[in-house]
This record gives sequence, C-alpha cells and structure tokens, in this order.
Amino acid sequence: MESAINPTPSTDPKETPGSEIIWDTLVHLGVTTVFGYPGGAIMPAYDSMIKFPIHHVLVRHEQGAAHMADGYARVSGHVGVCVATSGPGATNLVTGIANAMLDGIPMVAVTGQVASSLIGSDAFQETDITGVTLPITKHNVVVDRAEDISQALKEAFYIATSGRPGPVVVDITKDAQQTTCLYAFDDTPVQLPGYRPEYETAEDDIEQAVRMIEAAERPVLFCGHGVIRSEAGDILRQLVEKTGIPVASTLLGLGGFPASHPRALGMMGMHGEAWVNRTIQDSDLIIAVGMRFDDRVTGNLKTYARGAKKIHIELDPAEINKNVPVDLALIGDAKKVLAELVPRVRAGSIEPWLNTIDQLRGQTAVIDIKDLPDHGKLYAAHVIHDLWKLTDGKAIIVTDVGQHQMWETQYYKHDYPRRLVTSGGLGTMGFALPAAIGAKFADKEAEVWVIAGDGGFQMTAAELTTIAQEGIKVNVAIINNGFLGMVRQWQQFFYERRYVATPMKSPDFVKLAEAHGLVGLRATTRKEVKECVEQARSCENSVVIDFRVVQEDSVFPMVPTGADLADMIRRPEGSTGGPSEAQDHNPIYETGADK
Amino acid sequence: MNDSTETTVKAALQLHTFVAYVEDKPGVLNRIASLFRRRNYNIISLNVGRTHEPGVSRMTFQMDADADGARRIEANLYKMVNVLSIEDITHTQSVVRDLALIKVLVAPGRRGEVLDLVEIFRASAVDVSPTTVTVEVTGDRGKIQGMLASLRPFGIVEMVQTGTVAMCRGPQGRAAEVAHRPPAPQSSSEAKI
Repeated sequence: MESAINPTPSTDPKETPGSEIIWDTLVHLGVTTVFGYPGGAIMPAYDSMIKFPIHHVLVRHEQGAAHMADGYARVSGHVGVCVATSGPGATNLVTGIANAMLDGIPMVAVTGQVASSLIGSDAFQETDITGVTLPITKHNVVVDRAEDISQALKEAFYIATSGRPGPVVVDITKDAQQTTCLYAFDDTPVQLPGYRPEYETAEDDIEQAVRMIEAAERPVLFCGHGVIRSEAGDILRQLVEKTGIPVASTLLGLGGFPASHPRALGMMGMHGEAWVNRTIQDSDLIIAVGMRFDDRVTGNLKTYARGAKKIHIELDPAEINKNVPVDLALIGDAKKVLAELVPRVRAGSIEPWLNTIDQLRGQTAVIDIKDLPDHGKLYAAHVIHDLWKLTDGKAIIVTDVGQHQMWETQYYKHDYPRRLVTSGGLGTMGFALPAAIGAKFADKEAEVWVIAGDGGFQMTAAELTTIAQEGIKVNVAIINNGFLGMVRQWQQFFYERRYVATPMKSPDFVKLAEAHGLVGLRATTRKEVKECVEQARSCENSVVIDFRVVQEDSVFPMVPTGADLADMIRRPEGSTGGPSEAQDHNPIYETGADK
Repeated sequence: MNDSTETTVKAALQLHTFVAYVEDKPGVLNRIASLFRRRNYNIISLNVGRTHEPGVSRMTFQMDADADGARRIEANLYKMVNVLSIEDITHTQSVVRDLALIKVLVAPGRRGEVLDLVEIFRASAVDVSPTTVTVEVTGDRGKIQGMLASLRPFGIVEMVQTGTVAMCRGPQGRAAEVAHRPPAPQSSSEAKI
C-alpha cells in the first residue's frame, strides 16, 4: 500500500501559515476526505480548510471520527484521517485509535494542542495526548513549529502505511498553526534512520518451506488480515489451486480468499465452524499467512495443533513465536513471499485429507439453524443469510461486536476482500455505524450495510445524524434481541444463567430513525426480512431495520476460553439453541408487537 | 485469556544484555520504558547517555529472558521509529561495567585498612572527611558486590550505583547507522514444539 503522493509541479516557497500547511500537505498526500470535530486548539486549521479540496465530515463524537477513518482505510486501503481538538476532543479518539492499532489499520489522527507556551501549565483543554496514546499508536509526535508540520505529516503517512500498518497521532500546537514560514510541498520520499519496515526472505527458508509443503499429507493454509493488506488474494489462490491445500480464515482474513471457492473452509477459532477447527487440530502442516495466532484463534495453546509443523509467513518479526512456536518463519510481505513459493511448489496428493474434511463438513450442516423449518420465530441467522442472498453477497458489511458479528461470519459469505469491516482485536462495541460511514466515503458506489446488535448500536447511534447531514446511503440492520447477547450467552454457559446487567431496554428504533430524518422499518418474521431488505435497498434514503429476533439464541459452535480448539459446545441437534424456546426471560424487553 | 499464557512452556531464563542506539529526542526514553511496561518486561538495569555522534544516545539494558523472549524484546524495540539499532550482546565477548560510589564510616586510625581494601579492588578513594571515606569502584556486578561486602563491617553511610554499561571487545565499532538486520527467529532445529 503506497501512500499516494500526487506529483505536482514544484512551486516556489512562500510564506504560509501552519494551518494551511496542514491541508496542503494532506492534499498532496492524496487525502480527499477527513472526519472530525472542531474546537479551540484546532480552530486555525479549520479556518484554513475551506481553501482546499477536502471534504470534512462532521461527526457527533470524536470516537466516531476515529472509527470512520478506520472504516475508510479498511475499504480503500489508503490512510484514514481524523481530526480533533485538544483535551477531550483528543481523548475521545482514544478507543478508535486503540482499535486501529490492534487491527493494524493505517490511520493518521491530527489533533490540536494548546499553544506551546502553555504546555505543561494545565491550560484549558490541555491533555498530554501523545503520552496518553503512546501504547496505542505505532508512533506519535508533537509539532510546535509551523516549519515542522509538513514533514511530520509525511512521516506519519509513511509510518502508518508501511510494514504492519497502524495509527499515528500528529499533535499540532495552536501557535504552530498560527505562525507562518516559507513553505512549498517537498515530495522527496521520507527516510527515517531507525525505521526499516521491509524484510527480504532468505532463499534457504523458501526452499525449506517448499520441502515442508511437499512432505505434508494433511496441510492447511491460514488466510489472515495480512493477505488483504498486501493484496495477496490472487497469489494465495494460485497456491491453493496448484496444491489443493484447503484454506481457513481468521476473522479479519475473511474475503481474502473467496468463501465460495471449493477449498475455502471458513472461519477458525472460538466461533469458527466445527470442521475448520477439527481440520486444524488434525493437520500435519499449518501455513499461516499474515496472521498472529490470537488467543481467539488458538484456544488452549498446550493442545493447539500438536501434530502440525508450522510455517509462519508474517511481516512483523515480533509476532514470530509470540503465542505459538513455529518451525519456520518467512518474514516478509505476504504477497512477495507467496510469489516466491508458488512457482516452486508441486502438486501433492492430499485427496484422502480433503475427503476427511468433507465428511466433517457434512456432519455440521445437519444442525445448522438456517435449515430448520420456519416455526414463526425470527433468528439472526435467517436475517443475515437472507441479507447475503438478497445482496448477492456483494455488499460491504460493517459489523459491530458480539453475537451478530459471529453470525455474520457464518452466514454472510464473503468472496471479495475489503467487503467485511469488523473490529477484530479490540472488539469495540459501537464501531459499526461510524465505520460504515467511513466505508461509504471510501467506496461511494458500494451498497453498505451495518449489522449491529441493539447494545452496540446504541453506543454510537448519534452518528445517524451524520448520515442524514451528509445525505449518504447506509442501511442499518439491528439484530435486536433485548440482551447484550454475547455476554448473556456466557452467563448462560458459564455463570448458571444469572443474567446480570444484560437485559436491555432500547428506544423505538423505527421512531429513532425517523427522528433523524431516515426511514425506520421493523421485522418480526422471516417473511418480513425479505420485504424490509428489498424496501431498504430500493429506498433512496438510508433505512434502519429493527429485526426482532429470538432473545436467547446462542452462537454455536463455541470453544470455551482456554479449552482445546476442537472441544466445542455444539448447537443441540434439532434445537434452536435457547434454553427454553417457549419462554422469554427478559423482563424489560418489549416484544415485537407494535404498540 | 490469561490461562493460555500460563500454559506456555517457560524455557530457562538468563540475564540478557542489550545495546541500543536511539535518537536523542525528548520522550524517547519514555517510549522505550512504556514498551517494557506494556509488554510486561522487567528491567534489571538501564543506562542511557549521549554518544560521540550528535543526536544519538546509547542505551544498555539488562533483562531476564529465555532465548526466544530475548529475540522478541529485540524485535519489539526494533519496531520503534526512534530506535536506530538494537543488539543482544549476551553471547558476544564484551566489557561490562557498573560504577558505584560507597561512603564508609571510618575513624582516622582505621583509614589505612580501608585504603588497603581500595588498593586490592583497584578502586579509588575520591573523598575523605574526618569520619568518612568515599570509594569509587568500577567493575562487573560481582566485583562491586565484593567491594561492598568488604566495606560493610566498617559501616556504610550511603551508596549509589549506575546502571550497567557494555561494549563489545575487538576492533569493530557498533555504529548507530549500521543497517541492522531484524533479529532472526530461531531456526527449525531449535524450535520447540
């Protein structure tokens, strides 16, 4: 992912205020859209913004700005930019920055800072935001002179996009924005003395990988986020088609390898499909591409894939042997490493292994909820499966965090990269709605759907107004079960169904949508799913659909924390999952019947 | 998932000495200290100071780690933008030194005994008062412990010790600008399954 530096004829330097240098530099770096919120310490920059071809999206809370920049980056592959003032403006970005850090998202946050003469004096709206964000940024910097602004932003973009991407905070004092200096954009590439993000893979290691692949009888490939980041989907597919090796995905790797490909297994891990986890546990070789063996992926490390040799293709040397010791590490960009491997590997014979996996897959399908007869109740699985069918699997789906997120991975099959936007590492509730706005700005032609739970949606629901103000089309599917569903599920499984602080009352989402100038719909039966989705797709305005689903459904299968990966809690055969289908236990939930 | 980390087989811990060149800028020490805290690394000794090159500081720090842990400490530090180079010199022939100042209570009549000890340890007396002698001793940690043990019977008024500094032996310099390869992961023969 190269940062797109616009080649422009070099102009003569002229006296320019720092506030203009910010935007001029951003425009040269290819920025067209920023997400932000003004305030005292960033006002000079805002005042200069109108002179530049930059579209500013006014958010309702700075957390939204950070998530929008994040969603923008995930869909476009370019840096997402958010802007906030000092103090509370900057601290409100923190959750969004931490989210981008854990998922390796290229983001630059520009924050205003009090005047340099006031730093350290506990001035109004002063926060040491570089101190606060030190552990959750790839890098950060305070700029207190107008002449340093352009270079700092260029470096920020370079650091954010190179190697393993991540967020960079550029904190610019008010006086640096206000003073002038001689300036012309300098497009010489950034060179940082201590920062070398690219590595070459050793020839011997490639040869060893080829030997390991050829010797394997039960190999499996892992497709992680790195495949999408380095655009390695095509070369991964060539490797699969040459060798026949099946592919399991991490949550963030979904779409990196087409879900409809006959060798695609699906998602691995805590809520991965049973056959996928079983395949991993029974394999004799794992080729992990661009992933980091997160604890949600491995289950108990002691019993994790004990019979498998492991090849780890990864950009970041600090990830090697962090959680899972590997036999061979190929450090480098996934696309480059795979391009070295593909011409050298030969087709092996793994038919018996593929047959075994097919049998495992067959067993699981029997207890899939979407195949159960319709008995009048609406399940999240129905909603998401039908949404996938009705959108032809081509929409950008932006999920929140929780049960609906896992059902999305199970029932919406992603064939294309950058079409699933989800908070993986940090698991940030409230991510979906703002991230979807960012996604829409990254691809204005795309059909964008939010899938959120009733809980997470309410965390950032104020951004509905942002949708209305911007006049953009983003549809919202609220999977409303009246509970904080994932926590409720854990309470059911591990805390003897003591539903503490999980029953949740929500506003009337239909009226809420209407209050924001959008369209609100409600579905309580499977038949209504189709009607609502079709209505939403044909409506010019953005539509919020309140899907009233079964309250106490759970995500199956599930690997309990710390358990062996193949030791899954399965959906009881013939059951729809709730502990008692006849009875709803939520005392404050309003049923789907309209008042 | 804390339980999973507990199940990781811990290899033998060993004292590792690292030398890092870092940019001499405000906040760089804080960044590095913050990384140690975030990754739960316990620093045994840390020394930072400027070098002959303008804008470049040199750090020596020591931590207990197993071989792979040490490699990841190196890799994590190497990712920091302000770190110019980092090297684990534990298994390299090097000069490793601490410096201690020890103020000893000593009556004028017994000063000779203290000065004899100073001579034996090749330390030096750097300050004398009617009731005390201040000893400066340089060496590895063992030598400083030995000096301390020998002086303790006289009565120690106070002492202060620097962090360890280290430099590899031989003609080669470890220049900050030398392109540094990323720490190589352990080869397959060493990998533990």
